[in-house]
Amino acid sequence: MDPTSDSTAAPPVTAPGTPSAGLATLSVEDRTASGSVPIEEREVVFDCQGVGVRYNGKRALRDVDLRIHANAVTALIGPSGCGKSTFIRCLNRMNDLIPGAAVDGAVAYHGEDLYDPQVDPIEVRKRIGMVFQKPNPFPKSIYDNIAFGPRVLGMKDQLDDRVEQALKRAALWDEVKDRLKEGALGLSGGQQQRLCIARALAVEPDVILMDEPCSALDPISTSAIEDLMLSLTDEYTVVIVTHNMQQAARVADMTAFFSVDQGETGARCGVLVEVDRTERIFTNPANERTEAYVTGRFG
Amino acid sequence: MNAAGRIAQDRAGLAVRESLAGRRNRSVAAGVFLGYLLLSTVVGLIALGVLLVTILQDGLPYLDAMLFTNSPSANPERAGARPAIIASILVAVVLIATALPIAVGTAVYLEEFAPKGNRLIDLIELNIQNLAAVPSIIFGILGLAFLVRGLDLGPVLLAGALILGLQMLPTVIIASREALRAVPDSVRQGGMALGATRWQVVWREVLPAAIPGIATGSILGMSRAIGETAPLLMVGAATFVSFNPGLLTQYTVLPILIYQWIKLPQEMFQGLAAAAIIVLLVILVAMNGFAIWMRNRYERKW
Ligand SMILES: Nc1ncnc2c1ncn2[C@@H]1O[C@H](COP(=O)(O)OP(=O)(O)OP(=O)(O)O)[C@@H](O)[C@H]1O
Ligand SMILES: [Mg+2]
Repeated sequence: MDPTSDSTAAPPVTAPGTPSAGLATLSVEDRTASGSVPIEEREVVFDCQGVGVRYNGKRALRDVDLRIHANAVTALIGPSGCGKSTFIRCLNRMNDLIPGAAVDGAVAYHGEDLYDPQVDPIEVRKRIGMVFQKPNPFPKSIYDNIAFGPRVLGMKDQLDDRVEQALKRAALWDEVKDRLKEGALGLSGGQQQRLCIARALAVEPDVILMDEPCSALDPISTSAIEDLMLSLTDEYTVVIVTHNMQQAARVADMTAFFSVDQGETGARCGVLVEVDRTERIFTNPANERTEAYVTGRFG
Repeated sequence: MNAAGRIAQDRAGLAVRESLAGRRNRSVAAGVFLGYLLLSTVVGLIALGVLLVTILQDGLPYLDAMLFTNSPSANPERAGARPAIIASILVAVVLIATALPIAVGTAVYLEEFAPKGNRLIDLIELNIQNLAAVPSIIFGILGLAFLVRGLDLGPVLLAGALILGLQMLPTVIIASREALRAVPDSVRQGGMALGATRWQVVWREVLPAAIPGIATGSILGMSRAIGETAPLLMVGAATFVSFNPGLLTQYTVLPILIYQWIKLPQEMFQGLAAAAIIVLLVILVAMNGFAIWMRNRYERKW
């Protein structure tokens, strides 16, 4: 691209996928467009190349090439132990906190190398929120749970508003608005999980990672959270790990199937088998291992 | 049902009966064990009851205002424990100001920040465990050599309190680490995932969640220190102090005064000693009671 023209005239519609969008949150134009633009052409939020992870020298995941697009839900599916959690933790550098874990390969986030020595993992996690399999509210009031993030990040203005907005976004406000000062551990499991989602939303991240967010929940809470995920794609990019095929089929635009490869030495290692639009993964996958898994004939 | 089926079912029934009988045998063993546990408890309670009753009988008549307002005196009619009570309170204050923050700080560092699997850290941990098992008289010798003589503090209250603090350190460190460890990792991960620093997570979430456990351990450690005698004798706590002690003066504490009074021949001093024991007991029971109340009040199910 010609650098002079770039600096003088306002660029026309930014081509999806160009890294020039940087770390800025997405503009309104992008959002309205996201309904019509085919998913593969939307902005690439994460571009993973040859990503692998070793725990204490033992390889658990290798060679993952995967693009995650903006304003969409990407689901990671696959058998237990294939490295889905390991992979999703690469996206917000949570693996840094696991003793013995080493990440290799390249993860670009809006074109920036996430693992560059200059990058502060704390800054990464401010932008890329995470919701865990087991609801993990802090042992304090509902209000303080949501306010924790804004407080530590110095976003202290209009805290009440911020808390209310986050709770509304997570479809929890009506259930808790009269008991904000009560302990969060008194909520039901489903409410706690939505509280954790609200907590992640309160710091206005760009991406939300969810590792099996519904595995401990009943169908009603699950469906509430699925609706929530769908509604989040207007502002956020969502990545979920799930064991529930129907869930992936219901909420995900893109689905990535991971599996376990048995090496010649017998060492088991997670790999990405296939990634595609969800409907194609479930109806007409390119790889027979994917087909065997999604039809329940996985060996 | 055919014959073979019936036989099979009888067999199955027999097996069930046998396994149920096995359970009854086990429950007999459990009953015997339970009886033994009850007996042990009863023996302990009786011993404690007898002690309490004797002390109350001997001490109650002497438990009056004079005990709190008067200084020790050769005349049992006028003798009181005021300087010793004040000294015990001062000791507690010094413990809170010195040993407590050091112990909690150590626990937080070891539990939350120290690199895992580091040789030096392992050595420190091992030493803390060992320190908890060192007899108190050894701490007294250390205090005498290092504080009283080495630093030339002399036999003053501060020296005694510091050595009690040192003795209290391992107990409080271990209790605090336990309390920190009881805070699930998911809380730390949840905080870090929001972009908080480790320090922010520890300061705002982990430490507050662990405070009840830390406080319980601290109070128990303090109450042990308040009742301690041996190391203070070693670092030269005086036995006869008739003035109100300060940090840098001679002093005596309640347990030492009790020890002193009991050795005196006059019967009235025995009564005074018993009364002072009641005072000490009330203080210690109150501290322990508060610790237990705290533990129950803030006990958390994760
Ligand atoms: N902290 C860790 N230390 C060592 N090995 C680990 C650690 N976490 C995961 N592993 C290993 O890495 C592999 C992938 O684990 P991971 O948790 O990512 O699987 P998963 O796909 O999320 O499985 P599940 O569906 O059961 O959650 C497993 O073999 C696991 O034993
Ligand atoms: Mg997992």
